[in-house]
Amino acid sequence: MTAPTIWRDLRRFTQARVGIGRAGNAVPTSAHLDFQEAHAAARDAVWSALDVAALRAELGEIPVLHSEAEDRKTYLLRPDLGRRLRAADRTSLPRTGGTVIVIADGLCANGVQAQAAPLIRALSAEWPVVIVEQARVAIGDDIGEAMGAQAVVVLIGERPGLSAQDSLGAYITWQPRRGRSDAERNCISNIRPGGLSHADAAAKIHWLLHGAKALGATGVSLKDEMVSGGLALP
Amino acid sequence: MAFRHVIGGTSYLFEDLRTLLARATPFRSGDALAGVAATSAAERVAAQKALADLPLRHFLNEAVIPYETDDVTRLILDSHELPAFAAVSHLTVGGFRDWLLAAEPADLVPIRRGLTPEMVAAVSKIMRVSDLIAVAAKCRVVTRFRNTIGLPGTLSIRLQPNHPTDDARGVAASVLDGLLLGAGDAVIGINPATDNIEAVLRLLDMLDNVRTRFAIPTQSCVLCHVTTAMLAIERGAPVDLVFQSIGGTQGVNESFGVTLAMLREAEDAALALKRGTVGQDVMYFETGQGSALSAEAHHGVDQQTIEARAYGVARAYAPLLVNSVVGFIGPEYLFDGKQILRAGLEDHFCGKLLGLPMGVDICYTNHAEADQDDMDTLLTCLAVAGVTYIMGVPGADDVMLAYQSTSFHDGLYARAALGKTPAPEFAEWLERMGIGKGDAIPAAMSPALIGLE
Repeated sequence: MTAPTIWRDLRRFTQARVGIGRAGNAVPTSAHLDFQEAHAAARDAVWSALDVAALRAELGEIPVLHSEAEDRKTYLLRPDLGRRLRAADRTSLPRTGGTVIVIADGLCANGVQAQAAPLIRALSAEWPVVIVEQARVAIGDDIGEAMGAQAVVVLIGERPGLSAQDSLGAYITWQPRRGRSDAERNCISNIRPGGLSHADAAAKIHWLLHGAKALGATGVSLKDEMVSGGLALP
Repeated sequence: MAFRHVIGGTSYLFEDLRTLLARATPFRSGDALAGVAATSAAERVAAQKALADLPLRHFLNEAVIPYETDDVTRLILDSHELPAFAAVSHLTVGGFRDWLLAAEPADLVPIRRGLTPEMVAAVSKIMRVSDLIAVAAKCRVVTRFRNTIGLPGTLSIRLQPNHPTDDARGVAASVLDGLLLGAGDAVIGINPATDNIEAVLRLLDMLDNVRTRFAIPTQSCVLCHVTTAMLAIERGAPVDLVFQSIGGTQGVNESFGVTLAMLREAEDAALALKRGTVGQDVMYFETGQGSALSAEAHHGVDQQTIEARAYGVARAYAPLLVNSVVGFIGPEYLFDGKQILRAGLEDHFCGKLLGLPMGVDICYTNHAEADQDDMDTLLTCLAVAGVTYIMGVPGADDVMLAYQSTSFHDGLYARAALGKTPAPEFAEWLERMGIGKGDAIPAAMSPALIGLE
């Protein structure tokens, strides 16, 4: 490639809105309206819902759980309810131990819908999987505790942005139980086409779980020192 | 101590200072979520009137979170300076509002260390938007590292070149775009997609290379966890500023994985590198209303008072930059554009009055009831209030953090609308490089120089 000679050529290197030109000090009309279009799509994505039947068709007859937040509006205003598993679901779960995978809708179901199954396949592990609706990250603590899990991996829809409405985050918590703080988790974000690939995300999840087991903890004490290629385990 | 006020024949009782402050706070969703908001407009104004009658001196006798159980309370009370308090010690909260509005800029400097964050939060609760702007505009706070930030008539911009996979060329393209639009004098500061030490080291090297290649009089920062920055320093990385998110209670700081001692240790490590040229203010803090409730570490205190306490933490160090990330946390804490607007102005006012180089990340997420018009309004108000710096993100769209902040264009607008200039060293550099003189990329700023080919 030759060096860009004009400003808009910078767009070759990033999906960020670089080289969009100027109208006075403002953004030109076309770029302004493109932004408004993307914002509209992101606003709508917040209200997307999991297609549970489709997920179970791919992953088998796995449990479908629900947080204490009844609906989307309650979910948005009451994060505390989204962190708690509905009482009836706490008692219905099997005690499996080991590592448990939780598929949660989070702030946008689109990405989870598309990526949860391929990411789980990339992990290529025989871990139990559950689905939970109207859920925040910390709900993994309730689920992991109920299932007697050693570790929980929460695959959750990330807040939709203008450029990506299909991004997945993976949160890993060692010995999950209600009351764990966010400093006790490790997070891998931006798992999506154009972001972190499923293979790389899966390798990183395995690496962090391995490190968590050696350390007996996740969170700020478990430093992500994985080098590219991911072969050196701690 | 309990407080009482009668409005229209109804007597309202507030059982302690923490409750009085919470009930007096203009409505926001986070206080309702915490169950501490006033339950009626009448109760709120009763609390505001009772608060206005409260002597400032009372704040030295009643802590909102016990001294024995919270290290932020201990920091605030142990570092309070009575001589600095003398000029306002006779005032009530209401009288203090009047005093601030009538004060000259020079009056506001010597009282800083005599004010506690809770006093400042209290007075902000009985101030209107125009009051918050007018008083903040009189606060002078100047900090220095490789340039001089906060001089009257200046507005600085953090260039925020985030990329979803920390791709070096993707970051470089955003950096160049921002520089060509006059951004980057506050800092070129990237939020890494991961806290991976190898990735952080790569980004630190990359930003330092860009800075030295173009000889830019500014500083860089990779906004990783403070412990990762310490590790980077140990490995000899070019660390200009040490970043950390902080909050206003011991519990919220623990949820961020930091202690006051760790921050001191990190500051000392960065100072030892002696990388500043015109000053050595090496810390960069971010804060935001609602983080303590989010971490379930709020102790029944309203989110705005806790936010002011975070500034009490920040000023125990020597930060080059402090900013609230006001709309980032989401609608459960600040529901809409109206709540974000007021919170942004409160945060800026409280930080400035306490003596901090206060910027604001004027921003919103896609699940909040807000849009670009709300951000333009807050930006304009903050620019009038003399905000130290704002963010600059390509096209206002952060493709890594998935939220909207201010664009490089917004920075140009705000500077032009109010006749503001960048930090003087940076303004001189823009001139020298021929930036801003047309639509072409000046030869001295050729993309090939930073690997974009």
